[in-house]
Amino acid sequence: MFSRALRVPRATTPLVRARVAITRPSTVAALRSVTTNAASSHADKAAVPDADDQPFQVILSDESFETYELDPPSYTLDVTKKELKDMYSNMVVTRQMEMAADRLYKEKKIRGFCHLSTGQEAVAVGIEHALTKEDDVITAYRCHGFALMRGASVRSIIGELLGRREGIAYGKGGSMHMFTKGFYGGNGIVGAQVPVGAGLAFAHKYMGRKNASVILYGDGASNQGQVFEAFNMAKLWGLPALFGCENNKYGMGTAAARSSALTDYYKRGQYIPGLKVNGMDVLAVKAAVKYGKEWTIAENGPLVLEYVTYRYGGHSMSDPGTTYRTREEIQRMRSTNDPIAGLKQKILDWGVCNEEELKTLDKEARKHVTEEVAAAEAMAFPENKPEILFEDVYVRGSEPQFLRGRTPDENFYFSS
Amino acid sequence: MSRYLRPAARLAASARIATSAPRTLPRLTTSASFALSQRRSFADVKGTKDYTVRDALNEAMAEELEQNEKVFILGEEVAQYNGAYKVTKGLLDRFGDKRVIDTPITESGFCGLAVGAALSGLAPICEFMTFNFAMQAIDQVVNSAAKTLYMSGGIQPCNITFRGPNGFASGVGAQHSQDYSAWYGSIPGLKVVSPWSAEDAKGLLKAAIRDPNPVVFLENELMYGVSFPMSEAAQKDDFVVPFGKAKIERQGKDLTLVSLSRTVGQCMVAAESLKKKYGVEAEVINLRSVKPLDVESIIKSVKKTGRLISVESGFPFAGMGAEILATTMEYGFDYLDAPAQRITGAEVPTPYAQGLEQLSFPTEQIIEDYAAKLLRV
Repeated sequence: MFSRALRVPRATTPLVRARVAITRPSTVAALRSVTTNAASSHADKAAVPDADDQPFQVILSDESFETYELDPPSYTLDVTKKELKDMYSNMVVTRQMEMAADRLYKEKKIRGFCHLSTGQEAVAVGIEHALTKEDDVITAYRCHGFALMRGASVRSIIGELLGRREGIAYGKGGSMHMFTKGFYGGNGIVGAQVPVGAGLAFAHKYMGRKNASVILYGDGASNQGQVFEAFNMAKLWGLPALFGCENNKYGMGTAAARSSALTDYYKRGQYIPGLKVNGMDVLAVKAAVKYGKEWTIAENGPLVLEYVTYRYGGHSMSDPGTTYRTREEIQRMRSTNDPIAGLKQKILDWGVCNEEELKTLDKEARKHVTEEVAAAEAMAFPENKPEILFEDVYVRGSEPQFLRGRTPDENFYFSS
Repeated sequence: MSRYLRPAARLAASARIATSAPRTLPRLTTSASFALSQRRSFADVKGTKDYTVRDALNEAMAEELEQNEKVFILGEEVAQYNGAYKVTKGLLDRFGDKRVIDTPITESGFCGLAVGAALSGLAPICEFMTFNFAMQAIDQVVNSAAKTLYMSGGIQPCNITFRGPNGFASGVGAQHSQDYSAWYGSIPGLKVVSPWSAEDAKGLLKAAIRDPNPVVFLENELMYGVSFPMSEAAQKDDFVVPFGKAKIERQGKDLTLVSLSRTVGQCMVAAESLKKKYGVEAEVINLRSVKPLDVESIIKSVKKTGRLISVESGFPFAGMGAEILATTMEYGFDYLDAPAQRITGAEVPTPYAQGLEQLSFPTEQIIEDYAAKLLRV
């Protein structure tokens, strides 16, 4: 049975689902999938104001969302020209940064694991535009984009990848472990960030803050037991948690349908309402998370979101990403569903700005990233000395008398 | 002599097993009778009061809950049930269900949730019904709690206390009878403590809750009901026992017994017996703290005695005893007159039948005999 499942081409999946639909009419709705079209929203060009900061209305595609035990969010979203341009720039900078990381990795300047989010930019950017800095975000190891959106600089992220002293974690964390205000990593253990994220939501509720915790995990991690343990407690205690499965179709190299008995990840909260969203459209992501945040801080309990997205690259730098999917599939997503190209098209269609201005934004983004990468490359490595090796194992001032080195001669004695 | 023997004598003066812990081990009775014989010498120490280890733990948590609103306790059966071992008894009534929280039986989940709350600035006390069950959650303790500060370059602390009974109990079989001191003790970023007496329990737990690092607090089910006198100072709400400092429970010049948790009491009994039978004075060190380990106290003692036996109830391989012996060898080889030795649990999954179970863990008699052998008396 497994070997057969392995061989079933992706194109047959709808048939399998259709058969299920016949036997269980209630799942007919599941057949309608959200679009992954990144340019599916509409706005009346005539209604777009001249002023940069004046809001106007965008109508999202009616295939932007699917819900489970939940009224869908509003299909209209108020945006400003400035915000659209910001979103565009954010996504371009994120992609440029990931491409720079790709290059640096291939130049052997980045060590170990490096997971890039090229193709998934709309998720990190859309989420950030729906939150305040007092809200929390936690994710797994594919974290560069989120760290950037939470307020980290490109140079601190690239500096960290290069293992430099001025990196975001002072060269101690690496690609998978980045922390900044309102951003809690960067967890390298698949699924472990989910209960931790529920704890962040718990703290909001405990302290009486009207904030939400956005918790991200992949379609691979969604099968971890502790994800369901976190769901259970979050629902039980009404925590302001927005669980969100970034469904990029593959958990490492295992297609969703080969790992998950139910690939409707937004329904996997069972007793938690779900919201599936077009994760290639930054506007749909923003609308969904904005709605989710309002919903959850109104003490309605948690939500399980599913961001339908796609990763262009391999799972990590060591994965060419072509043994478990076709080059055509990647090419099709890149050329027709790209989140950056999608937003670009909308910006032009709606006359938010002209092509020249967008090119300027592109150039600025590229220039910014180039400068930041150069600054990161100019950063010093941490000095190879015990004062730096042994710092921050324990909170300063609360260290033990000494920590052991490789030999007793190398023991490090804290002065305090 | 009375000064040196005080803690053991006091233990003895009031040693009893609480009614809620019905599984009595014969060797505890031994220690009790020893102590009773010493009772008169210490009966009139001013201001002291008898506390069970359970009461001491309860008081420590109540005081910290009182003093810091960011402290809360969560775990299985900690609230309405009053704690599986009644350690959290009365806390729900006193502090309400916001601060004392019953969790579902999902160790990995609630432990991770507690870690998240700690990352967000709260100071959770995460109770495991026993540390055997914490194996479901050990990834969160090790990977999420212990390493985050270092991985974040020092910007993301995690003030959390993991606590619960550790080590073997009595007649509960293999899956419920394991000592995790060495497991957690091996992780950089964690602090690990293991109390023996009521003063240890209270002072160390308060210090654990206040410590800004993740602390693993290893209790012992068999000790919950044992009473110890608590000094006047220790009864106050500002009493803390510093980490990384061992306590010399009994002074001696002929042999150093290094021990932690429940086996400290067994060492005290064995030491007394060694004196009676052979006239030798064993020094008993109560480590209190597994990590950081008080190497200084161990070596100072070895300088004096020239002989060392470590006594613990964990599995022997790469255990606490191995660490203590290696450390002693590294820092105190020149002071040793004989190879340092260790007494540990046996290398078997804990058997159920009582006789076999007794063969699996250190007893007063084993400690006494092995010490006599080492001393050639």
